[in-house]
Amino acid sequence: MARPTASPFRMGLVHLALVIYTLIALFPVFLTVINSFKDRSAIFRDPLGLPMPKSFSLVGYETVLKQGDFALYFQNSFIVTAVSIFFVLLFGAMAAFALSEYRFRGNTLMGLYLALGIMIPIRLGTVAILQGMVATGLVNTLTALILVYTAQGLPLAVFILNEFMRTVSDDLKNAGRIDGLSEYSIFFRLVLPLVRPAMATVAVFTMIPIWNDLWFPLILAPSDATKTITLGSQVFIGQFVTNWNAVLAALTLAIVPVLVLYMLFSRQLIRGITAGAVK
Amino acid sequence: MGSLKIQDIRKSFGHVDVLKGIDLEVEDGEFVIFVGPSGCGKSTLLRVIAGLEDATSGDILIDGKRVNNTPPAKRGIAMVFQTYALYPHLTVRDNMGLGLKQAGKPAAEIKERTAIASAMLSLDDYLERRPSELSGGQRQRVAIGRAIVREPELFLFDEPLSNLDAALRVNTRLEIARLHRQLKATMIYVTHDQVEAMTLADKIVVLNKGRIEQVGTPMELYNNPQTVFVAGFIGSPQMNLIDGGKLGDTAKTVGIRPEHIQVSAKEGTWKGSVIHVEHLGADTILYLQTEFGPLTVRLFGEHDYEVDGVLYATPDKGRTYRFDAEGKIVRS
Ligand SMILES: Nc1ncnc2c1ncn2[C@@H]1O[C@H](COP(=O)(O)OP(=O)(O)O)[C@@H](O)[C@H]1O
Ligand SMILES: [Mg+2]
Repeated sequence: MARPTASPFRMGLVHLALVIYTLIALFPVFLTVINSFKDRSAIFRDPLGLPMPKSFSLVGYETVLKQGDFALYFQNSFIVTAVSIFFVLLFGAMAAFALSEYRFRGNTLMGLYLALGIMIPIRLGTVAILQGMVATGLVNTLTALILVYTAQGLPLAVFILNEFMRTVSDDLKNAGRIDGLSEYSIFFRLVLPLVRPAMATVAVFTMIPIWNDLWFPLILAPSDATKTITLGSQVFIGQFVTNWNAVLAALTLAIVPVLVLYMLFSRQLIRGITAGAVK
Repeated sequence: MGSLKIQDIRKSFGHVDVLKGIDLEVEDGEFVIFVGPSGCGKSTLLRVIAGLEDATSGDILIDGKRVNNTPPAKRGIAMVFQTYALYPHLTVRDNMGLGLKQAGKPAAEIKERTAIASAMLSLDDYLERRPSELSGGQRQRVAIGRAIVREPELFLFDEPLSNLDAALRVNTRLEIARLHRQLKATMIYVTHDQVEAMTLADKIVVLNKGRIEQVGTPMELYNNPQTVFVAGFIGSPQMNLIDGGKLGDTAKTVGIRPEHIQVSAKEGTWKGSVIHVEHLGADTILYLQTEFGPLTVRLFGEHDYEVDGVLYATPDKGRTYRFDAEGKIVRS
């Protein structure tokens, strides 16, 4: 749907830029995927070559799947990511609603305080977090990771959702109050559906760092039963020998669930955008 | 049933005093209109009455009962908003029925009351549609229907017509007037448009900067404005407000309505030249420049006057208003 004013030349340039960006962004992923299907010597001999009948090999995947625990690692990553997103969205939206809807003393300060985490990385507090987890006996549990990731995701969620919730019409909320809806119903039934595109944005921004994180799983939950997929893949990276086939295969497999989650959310995103556009 | 009493209501947002002591009584079945310029606190007063906003001080009594601490849904009121405020994810039917459902009414009763309201507003064909599939006028009718279904003692309207185009505005105005006769309920209606106020109201409350300027029937306000503000606000075109000193009058301001001035080519009280003429068919509006400033004159019927021509204007006897330095009327 090019606007009539945009000349073909201009559009061509824009598309060229986008295509180049896409190629650069996808290149490492592409390398990982093609090399995961090659045998070890082919990976080193010709890293850029596509898997040929001669070099094709599933040895990486076999190693990964034989390792046995990989299904569990996947499950761990999935639980941690999904539950964290759920809590980030729930608590983030609730805090944002309170900040945007109610007038109370210290409202602005509270908003700034909640958004502070955007600028200060949570990793600075790793030692204190570890001490806290040890004291509460949460080390080597998925709960520890979920708690940390929820805390990590909340500031951005509150910040984005707060801005969006200010745009929800006061009249609509007041109509609900007159019809006898409780503040919870107003929040869940009127406001949340209207900020769904923002929720999807927050979900995507929250999901990727959690899924890819190596730091907290390594420190808080390195046991075999609680390893995440990113941490699990590290067993193939040794100090002296690295099983590249297995590493690449594990990483390729790790991409799949993120893609699925992303597609789920991005659908919502696009639906939200177009719903607003045609209204 | 449906009387309202407001006692010394004040409302401040932080350091900003929006309502500065409002006292008012509305009798059962009355159609009362709050009118005033934008930002004078009309919506705030309405929201305080509805219970959507707590007053800083003062009491609200509905049917003689103090309702300061009663939640909006239990005050026996219904409200229609300027932006319609329909629930976007619900059908017309569910939009109208939600209030009753929340109140725990049986499904059969909800259905019956929704049917009555939708018949009243000719919404029967749209009951299964979503708000996004309706035109602006239809949406506003659904919003009114949602209010009717609740069978409230007191209807509150917050500028319900200002998002509609001119033709629809007149139709919906008539419809609201008809509903008021049919339902015999008390209605409070907020608008910044004095024409709407004059055409609908039993009683008009003129608000200015968080205070009541005057309360009265449309004709009382037109004939006996108590302040300069009311004199200038009610009536269209606006009353001519002239500096008393320039006319050799002891009053601070002298007011004359455009329709209470006669013009003649030969003689009269004031000499002026024509700046502009508006031909409206039923009326002709003349804008004159006189030695004491501009003067608007409204003549009935069609008249031909040349721009830059010289005319003499004479005010009707007993139709001039004199106001003192505080803006209060001076009895002469
Ligand atoms: N929630 C609020 N917080 C701060 N100021 C407000 C709020 N609501 C209204 N006001 C102020 O109160 C004044 C009156 O507003 P309002 O009642 O909406 O006026 P009207 O409906 O007569 O145009 C305005 O100056 C507005 O800025
Ligand atoms: Mg208003």
